Amino acid sequence: MSVDVAPSLRRSLGIVAVGIRREPRWFAFAVAGSTVYGVMTVLTAWAIGKVTREQVQPAVAAGHVSAHQLRVIFAWVAGVVLVNVVGVVIRRIAAGFTMYNVAATFRREVTRQYLRLPLSWHHRHPSGQLLSNANADVEATWNVFAPLPMALGVLIMLVAGIVQMVLVDPVMALIGLAVFPALFLANVVFQRSMSPKVSRAQQLRAEVSEVAHESFEAALIVKSMGREDEEARRFEEVTRRLQAANVAVGRTRGTFDPVIEAIPTLGTLAVLAVGARQVASGALQPAAVVQVAYLISVLAFPVRALGWVLGELPRTVVGWDRVDAVLQARGELPYGSAKLQRHGASDSRLEDVDYSYDIVDEDGVESRFQAIHGVSLEVPAGATVALVGPTGSGKSTLTNLTLRLVDPDHGTVSLDGVDLREVRRGGVSEVAALVPQQTFMFDDTVRGNIALGADFDDAQVWQALETAQATAFVRELPHGLDTRVGERGASLSGGQRQRLALARAVIRRPQVLVLDDATSAVDPSVEQAILAALRSSSDGTTVLVVAYRMSTITLADRIVYIEAGRVVDQGSHDELQERCPGYERLVTAYVREAAERAAMAADEEVTA
Amino acid sequence: MSSTIDATSRLGTLDTLRRGVDLSPELRRGLGVTLGLAALTTAGRVVVPFVVQQTTDHGLLGKNGPDPGLVTRDVLLALVAVVITAACAYAVNVRLFRASEAGLASLRLRGFRHMHDLSMLTQNSERRGSMVSRVTSDVDTISQFVQFGGIILILSLGQIAVATALMLFYSPLLTAVVWLCFVPLLFVIRRFQTIVGRAYTTVRERVGDLLAAVSESVVGAATIRAYGVEERTATRIDEAIEAHRVASIGAQVRSVAAFSSGQLVAGLTLAVVLVVGTVQASAGHLTLGKLLAFLFLVNLFTQPVQQATEILNELQNAVAGWRRVIGVVDTPADVADPGEEGEVLPRGPITVDFEGVSFAYPGGEEVLHDIDLSIAPRSRVAIVGETGSGKSTLAKLLTRLMDPTRGRVLVDGVDLRRVRFSSLRERVVLVPQEGFLFDATLRENVRFGRPGATDDDVRLALTELGLDAWLSGLPQGLATEVGQRGESLSAGERQLVALARAYLADPDLLVLDEATSAVDPSTEVRLQRALEGLTRGRTSIAIAHRLSTAEAADEVVVVDRGRIVERGPHRVLVRQGGVYAALHASWAAQQRG
Ligand SMILES: Nc1ncnc2c1ncn2[C@@H]1O[C@H](COP(=O)(O)OP(=O)(O)OP(=O)(O)O)[C@@H](O)[C@H]1O
Ligand SMILES: Nc1ncnc2c1ncn2[C@@H]1O[C@H](COP(=O)(O)OP(=O)(O)OP(=O)(O)O)[C@@H](O)[C@H]1O
Ligand SMILES: [Mg+2]
Ligand SMILES: [Mg+2]
Repeated sequence: MSVDVAPSLRRSLGIVAVGIRREPRWFAFAVAGSTVYGVMTVLTAWAIGKVTREQVQPAVAAGHVSAHQLRVIFAWVAGVVLVNVVGVVIRRIAAGFTMYNVAATFRREVTRQYLRLPLSWHHRHPSGQLLSNANADVEATWNVFAPLPMALGVLIMLVAGIVQMVLVDPVMALIGLAVFPALFLANVVFQRSMSPKVSRAQQLRAEVSEVAHESFEAALIVKSMGREDEEARRFEEVTRRLQAANVAVGRTRGTFDPVIEAIPTLGTLAVLAVGARQVASGALQPAAVVQVAYLISVLAFPVRALGWVLGELPRTVVGWDRVDAVLQARGELPYGSAKLQRHGASDSRLEDVDYSYDIVDEDGVESRFQAIHGVSLEVPAGATVALVGPTGSGKSTLTNLTLRLVDPDHGTVSLDGVDLREVRRGGVSEVAALVPQQTFMFDDTVRGNIALGADFDDAQVWQALETAQATAFVRELPHGLDTRVGERGASLSGGQRQRLALARAVIRRPQVLVLDDATSAVDPSVEQAILAALRSSSDGTTVLVVAYRMSTITLADRIVYIEAGRVVDQGSHDELQERCPGYERLVTAYVREAAERAAMAADEEVTA
Repeated sequence: MSSTIDATSRLGTLDTLRRGVDLSPELRRGLGVTLGLAALTTAGRVVVPFVVQQTTDHGLLGKNGPDPGLVTRDVLLALVAVVITAACAYAVNVRLFRASEAGLASLRLRGFRHMHDLSMLTQNSERRGSMVSRVTSDVDTISQFVQFGGIILILSLGQIAVATALMLFYSPLLTAVVWLCFVPLLFVIRRFQTIVGRAYTTVRERVGDLLAAVSESVVGAATIRAYGVEERTATRIDEAIEAHRVASIGAQVRSVAAFSSGQLVAGLTLAVVLVVGTVQASAGHLTLGKLLAFLFLVNLFTQPVQQATEILNELQNAVAGWRRVIGVVDTPADVADPGEEGEVLPRGPITVDFEGVSFAYPGGEEVLHDIDLSIAPRSRVAIVGETGSGKSTLAKLLTRLMDPTRGRVLVDGVDLRRVRFSSLRERVVLVPQEGFLFDATLRENVRFGRPGATDDDVRLALTELGLDAWLSGLPQGLATEVGQRGESLSAGERQLVALARAYLADPDLLVLDEATSAVDPSTEVRLQRALEGLTRGRTSIAIAHRLSTAEAADEVVVVDRGRIVERGPHRVLVRQGGVYAALHASWAAQQRG
């Protein structure tokens, strides 16, 4: 995220223009309202002067006042005020529409990017920061639309004032207008010193949100290990830094505002001082000086309104840079246009696939870690292949590759002979389903979590639940299928969540079903029932299953044993047990352990 | 029994303000000086135009012609005033920023800390994104008001008082007219305050919803991609964005209505004063000069009133934010730390007893029924049972993440509710089924179990667990960044880290809820052996579907539909032909394939 240290005014205006292009109509309304307001503000003084001269003075002189005169007085003043208020209402409401509409547009675009960008991008960006981008940064960018229309409207006052000044006396006007370069200079200095500070504050805002998000996600661990104080300290540390950064911003802003306010007054004083000399030397009429001095003081207000906008601009730029970094992020998986055919079962193939993860070390130095080395994996249509390997050997990575959650660095992944990179967006999930190792539940109902918005009727949902052996517990839930499961499925037990995740996959009748250790939290008998149901209901679905349990493994037509990202051996269970020591050690660990314990127990009994 | 976090506190505006300021005492600190400086600034803003006016009247347009000397003197005088005013304004700004940022930081910290003090179930009643909004954007909302609004509001009231006094001096009747015009406005404003306040409260809640929706899409990124449900997720987010937009515009429209009613009344007051004043002046009760001077004073009066209506809107916005934070702070922590009064249990072998414990989740049916269970010191107990039978619930009661609905849980004969948290957490550590790692290095994650631990301690813990080979296989070793939620590790590796973390904490009772469910069998067996050697002398409770754990335990407790149906050593239970025997038979069959 690169941030210009001193963004030019032009750049900030460019950003504002981007916003205006999104909501030109509301913005135009706001400026129109503001113009009415500007004109009416000038007219108010004029109207009061007019009625005083034409109605009040004569009435006072005459010693009596007619009802007609009073009506005229009231009508003029009230009329001008009324129009002015209408202008203000239009300006403010339209400014609100502009600001919130533009913000909503960009929130949509930013969150759309979150959905579009690949998982690897997500790994690099903390969730809390992404929350901040979508909320605080978008807000910071477009807040400028609150004071902007007002500032544009009062430009009319500014122009009117300047024209009058020049008409009165060009030389005096020149002195008066010297305030503008001064303002410009003040603004440049301000922007320069403000931008890095705002940028820091906005970054820290994101960090505060990051720590809070992570800490609340970790609430259970924090509680169960009694680390509340440590977490509070960690949060305090970023919070205090944010506090200091905000105070630094405030200090700069707190300097800028009084300076902007003082400059027009200084202009007035300069005009008076110089004017008095000129008048004394007879070069100028006193009235001219007074008029110019007065006009400058009238200009003070529009100048302040401009100051509000200028004061907002650094935040606009910084917010935009942060938002734009998300919008410009690339690395989105490219999609083709091929459609995968629906038929009984698909054939899935990985050919000579390499895959590396981007990793960073403590100091933020990036490098790559190759997790998969030249793996070829073939799951013929209708077959069941078991993927076996020790912890961290790359099984989940392979399942992710199979469904194109990630693209290989080298080699190809295909379904029915079609390279997945050529398949259109969403095409893979139409025919293949993954039950991931870590289940994720949406904050939705049981039905919503299974159907995920697709068109399934209740009978289909129940049938899928039946296959996942989840019917019994869902029936007992307070509202059955319509029970909300809480965020991340908090109100369900671990095994219940896993079974819903299974139902979510099987209801789609996928042609390829990938189960990544999907029954780890399910007890053995239930697992057996699930597997049996899967076999009977899936009309020859292709299954790739990551498993440790022998029963699951022996259901497979073929077993692929991997270690450290390489295929070590493949074949039937008996073959592998025969010739692959790593495999043998892994799958018989429990049996051996049980045997040893039994022997030990027997020993104890004998000795006892 | 368990409470939910108030979406928003139900305190009135003034009470909210009072409570808010109590929570951030820094807001009050040095307020007197700040107010004094602010009054000076305001005075300066009035004095400078006055001096300018005097200069033109007497120096330029004086009866004896222009007087450059007088002008120069006055200009210099004004210059001094301008500089003082600017300096005061700067001082006020900086003081306000300091005080408000300090106050708001305290508020954030209070909210954050209390969020962690709430019971697990209370925490679960709110979505994480929404919790985040309460210590981030809700607090930010308050800053605008406390940084500018509050002080201007006080000064405005001062200005209104001064203007009223001056007006009375010129014409009591016209003053009465002005106040009469404004009285209805007071009622209107009061009414609008409620409306505007409600609108801003809605906005704050929508922000919470928005963050929750975004959070879900980010945390669930993998599932969303695997199922190609980007569209649907986008729709859900869009709904939250739209609801927030509508609420924001709604609040804007209402606050504009409130503000412009003030402006309208101010303008009409001017008109009425002019009319009544003209009648008065034409009847000779008032000179024209006085009438014009009075008009100027009316402006001095209406301007702060208008400003105040604007700031009151801001106030409502701040109050809406405050209410959300206060909503958290005022939610009772229903599973509370007895603190100082609580008992501190000495370290050493631990006994655990469940006495007639029943438990129902809020709004649900009872899931544990009348559990009696005692666990002897130094024993290794395995809890087994079907999914959803209540094993994790049991573990959570045992570590006091929740309190039983009926009955009690005792540690060393003391009711858990009477044990100090610091003591309890030191002695009893749970590795929950839903593991979580922090986005930090492996070292820091393990060290979470014992913050003071050195690298050697961490390494030793991993070695004792037999994980040294795994550690040396990691290219970055202890410096490996595990990524968000530990996602840069494999699922099994994450469990290894979680286990090492709990192990380093060195509790007297270690409760493992499916702590090795994703670890490969040979590593698991190795871990089990390591733990067995190490936990001798300690008590351990393991919940597992892989019955290898049960085989290794001293005692197996079988839970079925919320009741303990069998207990005893593995050897005995297999022969009994009950629930456990059946479970084990199917497990054993699986192992043989
Ligand atoms: N996002 C990531 N960034 C960096 N490294 C990763 C990432 N995900 C996995 N790894 C590493 O890649 C290797 C393979 O991980 P993978 O999750 O595929 O293992 P696995 O075989 O599924 O293990 P398990 O049985 O524990 O689930 C591991 O060494 C892991 O640390
Ligand atoms: N937070 C919650 N709110 C409401 N009900 C819950 C909550 N947590 C669990 N339950 C319900 O309580 C019952 C017991 O859940 P528990 O998590 O104790 O099961 P478990 O034995 O650990 O199962 P598993 O083996 O699947 O982990 C289940 O029916 C579950 O749906
Ligand atoms: Mg895995
Ligand atoms: Mg459980």
